[in-house]
Amino acid sequence: MQISTRRNGKITIFDLSGDIDFANSPRVRDSVLREIRESHTPRVVVNLSQVRYIDSSGVASLVEGLKASRDLGSRFILFGLSTSAREVLQLSRLMKVFEVYENEEQAMAS
Amino acid sequence: MLALYSNPKWLSVVRGTVERLTETPGFPIAQCRSITRAVDEALTNIVRHSYGNRLDQPIAMYFRRAQRRHDRQVQQGLEILLCDRGPAVDPCKLQGRSLDKIRPGGLGLHFIRQAMDTVEFTRKGPTNRLRLVKYLAQGNSAL
Repeated sequence: MQISTRRNGKITIFDLSGDIDFANSPRVRDSVLREIRESHTPRVVVNLSQVRYIDSSGVASLVEGLKASRDLGSRFILFGLSTSAREVLQLSRLMKVFEVYENEEQAMAS
Repeated sequence: MLALYSNPKWLSVVRGTVERLTETPGFPIAQCRSITRAVDEALTNIVRHSYGNRLDQPIAMYFRRAQRRHDRQVQQGLEILLCDRGPAVDPCKLQGRSLDKIRPGGLGLHFIRQAMDTVEFTRKGPTNRLRLVKYLAQGNSAL
């Protein structure tokens, strides 16, 4: 699993790729929470288009990011959901809880 | 049979193996993914809860064909048995949580139950045994 970060003005974009599972989801959690809490980024955008697999601990990391964003009045946005990511968010009934966009262009314009 | 240690680094290897294994009997691709997800979540639960994140504890997995009578027809399936030697698990903790509240954690059991037709937990001697079975829909069998 790889995490890379880009900045576009006041927006931080996380590009995640590979498999997010119990072995590495703490890295996702820590990276996202650090950005939200320490950098006070008003909008955090997560690109899931290259995520082949995400387990419940990966979903939990995203939920923690969402909650931290809400607590600080910032936005937490997902885009480019892979099949695996879409399936687990649907199973968890979280699709309507997150702000989800098809692609980066839509996520940035939102 | 697959024997591994309770190190999460093996999860991706097991997922690859299970996904291939589910393709052979003829499960549709979405079910291959959901069965693989269930096994991955079950292993993660063993690592976290049964072994308290210790990396060197034994886990054994057994795979075999399953069969049942359903609607006056014989249904083929895949049975996966996961065994660990952690402390006995309180069955009350295997119920999963409601999805009504938005909070992290507790989703793994939900994924397992959603994917499998049978989810049975038993304790035999010093061993926790989780038996997962998924049956093929009629007409999908390649067995």
